[in-house]
Amino acid sequence: MLLSKKWLNDFLKTDIADKKFAGIMTMSGSKVEGFRREGDELEKIVVARIISLERHPNSDHLFICSADVGGESPIQIVTGAQNLSAGDFVPVALDGSVTAGGKKIKKSKLRGVESDGMFCSLGELGLTAHDFPYAVSDGVFVLGGDCDRLPGADIKSAIGLDDTVFEFEITPNRPDCLSVIGLAREAAAALEMPFCVPAPCVKAGAGDVGDCLSIDISDNEKCYRYAGAVVKNVRIAPSPRWMRERLRAGGVRPINNIVDITNFVMLEYGQPMHAFDYRFLEGGSVIVRTAKKGETITTLDGVQRALSEDMLVIADAVKPVAVAGVMGGEYSGIMDDTQTIVFESACFNGPSVRSTSKKLGMRTEASARYEKGLDPKGCRACLDRALELVQLLDAGDVVNGVIDCDKTADARATVQFDPDWTNSFIGIDMSADEQAKILERLSFKVQDGIVTVPSFRGDVEHKADIAEEVARFYGFENIKSHPIISTTAGALNDTQKLQKLAGDILLAQGLTEIMTYSFISPKSYDKIMLGADSPLRKSIVISNPLGEDTSVMRTTSVPSMLEVLSRNFNNRNAAARLYELSTVYIPKDGEELPEEKITVSLGMYGEGLDFFSLKGVIEELLLSFGICDCDVEAVTDCAYLHPGRAAKLTAGGDELGIFGEVHPDVLDNYEIDTKAYVGSVDFNTLKKHADLARSYKQLPKFPATTRDLAFVCDKSLPVLTLRRAISSAAGGVLESLTLFDVYEGSQIPEGMKSVAFNLVLRSPDKTMTDEEADDAVRRSVKALEKLGISLRGQ
Amino acid sequence: MRLAAAEKIKKAASLPDLEALRISYLGKKGELTAVLKQMGGLSPEERPAAGQLANEIRATIEELIAARQKKFKEKEKSKRLVSEAIDVTLPGKSSPIGHKHPISIVLDEVTDLFIGMGFSVASGPEVELDYYNFEALNIPPGHPARDTQDTFYITDKVLLRTQTSPVQIRYMENNKPPIRIISPGRVYRSDSVDATHSPLFHQIEGLVVDKGITMGDLKACLEAIAKGIFGGGTKIRLRPHHFPFTEPSCEVDVSCFRCGGSGCPMCKYEGWIEVLGAGMVHPKVLKNGGINPDEYSGFAFGVGLERITLFRFRIDDMRLLFENDVRFLSQF
Repeated sequence: MLLSKKWLNDFLKTDIADKKFAGIMTMSGSKVEGFRREGDELEKIVVARIISLERHPNSDHLFICSADVGGESPIQIVTGAQNLSAGDFVPVALDGSVTAGGKKIKKSKLRGVESDGMFCSLGELGLTAHDFPYAVSDGVFVLGGDCDRLPGADIKSAIGLDDTVFEFEITPNRPDCLSVIGLAREAAAALEMPFCVPAPCVKAGAGDVGDCLSIDISDNEKCYRYAGAVVKNVRIAPSPRWMRERLRAGGVRPINNIVDITNFVMLEYGQPMHAFDYRFLEGGSVIVRTAKKGETITTLDGVQRALSEDMLVIADAVKPVAVAGVMGGEYSGIMDDTQTIVFESACFNGPSVRSTSKKLGMRTEASARYEKGLDPKGCRACLDRALELVQLLDAGDVVNGVIDCDKTADARATVQFDPDWTNSFIGIDMSADEQAKILERLSFKVQDGIVTVPSFRGDVEHKADIAEEVARFYGFENIKSHPIISTTAGALNDTQKLQKLAGDILLAQGLTEIMTYSFISPKSYDKIMLGADSPLRKSIVISNPLGEDTSVMRTTSVPSMLEVLSRNFNNRNAAARLYELSTVYIPKDGEELPEEKITVSLGMYGEGLDFFSLKGVIEELLLSFGICDCDVEAVTDCAYLHPGRAAKLTAGGDELGIFGEVHPDVLDNYEIDTKAYVGSVDFNTLKKHADLARSYKQLPKFPATTRDLAFVCDKSLPVLTLRRAISSAAGGVLESLTLFDVYEGSQIPEGMKSVAFNLVLRSPDKTMTDEEADDAVRRSVKALEKLGISLRGQ
Repeated sequence: MRLAAAEKIKKAASLPDLEALRISYLGKKGELTAVLKQMGGLSPEERPAAGQLANEIRATIEELIAARQKKFKEKEKSKRLVSEAIDVTLPGKSSPIGHKHPISIVLDEVTDLFIGMGFSVASGPEVELDYYNFEALNIPPGHPARDTQDTFYITDKVLLRTQTSPVQIRYMENNKPPIRIISPGRVYRSDSVDATHSPLFHQIEGLVVDKGITMGDLKACLEAIAKGIFGGGTKIRLRPHHFPFTEPSCEVDVSCFRCGGSGCPMCKYEGWIEVLGAGMVHPKVLKNGGINPDEYSGFAFGVGLERITLFRFRIDDMRLLFENDVRFLSQF
C-alpha cells in the first residue's frame, strides 16, 4: 500500500519528518517498508519563462532562446524543441543540474552558441503523459495553468512533484488499512492527533435514480450489500492535477475523470468501485446472482471465460456484465462516447471472491481487497464520495438518489472491556481511562464496560484483540521483560537422545551429515530398479507439486543418498562418506496419515573403501547401541545392491537394516563411475534393541594364554559358521576370537580356503595352565571336525 | 696410583677406554686387585691402614670412572637426540571425524539453549491434516493465509505442513500445562528453489502455556534466545504484526550482528534484522488445544532455521545447504 503524504494531510495536519513518521507507524503495527520523496533526484531544475526565441544561425532545427529564471538577467538556452513560443513557461535544467535518471547537465556550446542549460521534457522530469495529459510527448514540457508558473521557482513544487510516498506492508487482517483513510486513522492514533473524515456531500441533481435503475441481490450469502447511482451527461476529460498527483503517488495511472474517480475512491476509502456504461446494462437493471450453467463472459481484458454456478456475477436483465468483485465485462468499461454511467459500490463475501478469482486465474486489485473482507457499512459513503467528486470535477450530472440494497445486520460487534485482564495478559499497568482513550482514537466506542467494534474492523472479536490494540499503542518496546522462571525440567527424550547418539557415533567414524529433500521423483524407484510390485513404490503423492522431481514423498532414503553420492562424484570429489537421519513416509490404508519413519541412511565411495568399510561403520553403531546379538546374512535379491555383496541385519527376528555394494546398473543410472556402498538401518528397530545400560566388569587378575589356529574349509563356507562353532566349543574361557587371515592359493586345495584365528583364553579365578588351554583348543578342533573342517596341515 | 689412575681416567676418550681402565685397575688381574692380594703379606698392624687406603683408592677410581661414564653417556644421548630430530611441519596422522550439517549445528545449539531454559522437544507429523495446519490455528477455509500456491496438498484434507505450528495443537491435546516446548522440524511451501527459497525448510516452533504468562515473559524469552544465538550484546525489537494464531502478534528484529546496529549492507542500513515471529497464543487456539483460555495464557514463536544458519555462517545461497557437496559440508 502506497501512501501519499499530501493525501494523508487531507485528513491529518502534520509536518512530522518522514523518517520519524515511518518509525512511529512501524512500531505501532503499520510496517513501513520504505519511503521515497518524489523527484528526489532532480536538482537545480527551475521554471523558466521564454522571453524570446530565434533560429540558430548554424542549424536548421535549433533555436536560441532567452529565458527568465527569476534572476537579474535572462539566461540563454539552445534547444531543438519545435513546440515552443515566447511567453511559454518551461522547466529548465541549469548548469550543474541533475535530471531524472541521474543525468548531469552542464553549460555547453551547441554549434558555436553558448547554452546555459537545457529545457526539459516530461521524461526528463521522470513523468509521463499520464501525469500531464496536455503535454506533447516529443517536445519540451510547456507548463499549463495547473502549475505554479513563477520564473525561477523550483520545478518540483511548481508542478507538484514534491510528495513523499510511504510504502506499507499491510497484513491480511487489516484490509481497512489498504486505504488512505485507514492509515490516516492509525497515524492519528499513533501521533495522538485528532482525526475525522468529512462526510461526502452530494448536491441535488435532476431526475430520480429509481426511474432508470433497479438493483436486486438474489444471493445474500455472497453479496451483503450493493449500492448504485447514476450519472448522466458524462463529460469525459482528464482529471485535475491534484487528483492525478494523488493517483500517481498511489501507484495508479490516471486515465480520465470517471475512471480516476473510481480509483481515487478505492485508494481513499479502500472500497473497490466500478462504473458501468448504462448503454450496455439491458433493462437498466442490476442483478447480483450466481452464474447460470454454461454461462460465459468476456472480461475487460478481452478474454472469454467460462463461469461456474458457484461464481457470483453482476448481471443485467439478460447476461452477466461483471464477475463480482473480480473484473468487469467487455462492454462495462468507460468509453469515449459513454454518456450515462452506473456507479457500483458493493460488499461481497471474501472467500467467495477469493475462490472465484482463483478458479478464473484472475487476481485483480479489487479481488485482492474483497477477499480480505471489506467493511459492509462502508459502501454507501464511498458511493457518495464518488458522486461528490463527479460534481466537483464537473464530470457529469448526478441523478438524484442512490439505490442501496443492504442485507447486512445493523448490530455492531461488541467485546467486553476488561482493562485489568489486558494489563495482566500483556504484562503492563495502564489505567482503564488510558486504555479507553487508545481504543476511541481507533474509532472503537467504550461505554458501560463494553467495547463496540467499528464495522471496518472485522478482525476484532475477542478481548485478546482489544488487548493487542492497547498494547501496540502502549508500545511493545515499553513492555517490561519478565525473566521467566523454569517450572519444568528440560531434557531430550529417549528417542531424541538415541538420535543424537547415532549421529555422534557416525560423525566420530568420519561420516559427514547430509540433508536431503523428503520428496523425490517417482522415477527414482525405476532408477534403483525396484520391482514393479515393490510395496516401496506406493508413496504419498503431492497433488500440486512444483515438478515431477519433487512430487512423491520418499518411502526409501536410498535414492536421496545415491543422488548426493552422484553429485559429489560428478563434482570430482575423490571420496565421500555420508549419513543422514532421514524420514521416510510409508502410506497407510484409508484416511490415516502415513507412518513417518526415521532411517539411518549411509553411503560412501572412494579409494580404499569396500563392503567391509560400510559394515564396520554399522557394527560400531550397533556396538554403541549395545546391540551384540545381531545376525548378518547374505541377501541376493535386493534390487539396488550387488547380489553377491549385500547383507541383511536382523536382531531378535526384527529386520534392522540392509547394506552392501550398489548394483552396477544402479551406479550407471546415477552416473557414478566407481564402486559405491549404501545402507539403511531402521531407527525404530535400533531403538527397540538398544541397551545402553552399562555395569562395570572387573579387570582380569590372571594372565591370558593365546593360541593361533588355522583351519581349511570349503571356500563358500561363511567364516561366521567357524566362529560360532569355536565360540560354543571353547566355552567361557574364550575371551576373544579374532580372525587374522583368510587365504586361498598354493598349499591349499582347489575350492578350499584357509581361515586363521587368534584365541585369547583366560580363567577368571586362576592362572590358566597349558593343559586347560590345550583342552579348550581340542574341544574347538573337535567341534569343527564334526562339521568336516580340519586343522590346516592335518 | 691414585693420581696416575685419575690422570688416565681424565684422558679416556670413550666408554670402551674407560672400561679398559676399570679392568686394568679393578679387574681380577688389575693393579689395585694385585695390591689387595699382597695385603696378606703385611703385618696385622699395617693391614688396617693399608686396607683402608686400598679401599679408598678403589672408591675414588670407581667414582671417577662413574662420573666420566655419565659424561660420555650424556654426550652420546644428546648426540642421539640431535640425530633424531624430525621435520615437525610434516602432516600429522589423523583419523578424521565427520562433519555435522550446518543446519544441525545450529539446531543443536538452539536446542541446548532451550533445554537449559526448561523446555522439552516435541515433534509432529510432516504429512499433516488440514485441521491441525490451518483450521485449529484459526485459519478457516477461505482465509487468505491459506493460498494454495503456498501449500502442497495430498488430498483435500491432507497436506504437507507449511509450518511447525500444528505441533502446538497436537501437544496441547495430549499434555496439561505447564507446557514449555520447542518443536523443530521440516516444513513445506510451494516456493521454487533459488538463493533464498526452498520448497522444504526447517522451523523451530516454541510454545509456553501456564497460568499468568504475559507478553513480558515472551519478551524475556525472546531476549534470551537472541542472545544465545547471536551473542550476548544482541538487542531485540518487537514490531506489532499479524499471525492468525497469536494475538497480539509481533515480528522480532535483532540488532544487526555484523554492525551492532549502526547500519551496514547486511541490515540494509537499518540496524535491525528480522529473524522470527511470535505472539501470545490466540484464545481460540488454546481452546482448540483443549486448554481453557480463561485460566491459562501462553506465548508461541517460530523461527526459520535456514535463515539463522545462513546468517550464522555467512552463507549466501540456501541451495548449498541441500546440495550436500562434501567440499561445502567439510567447512563446518
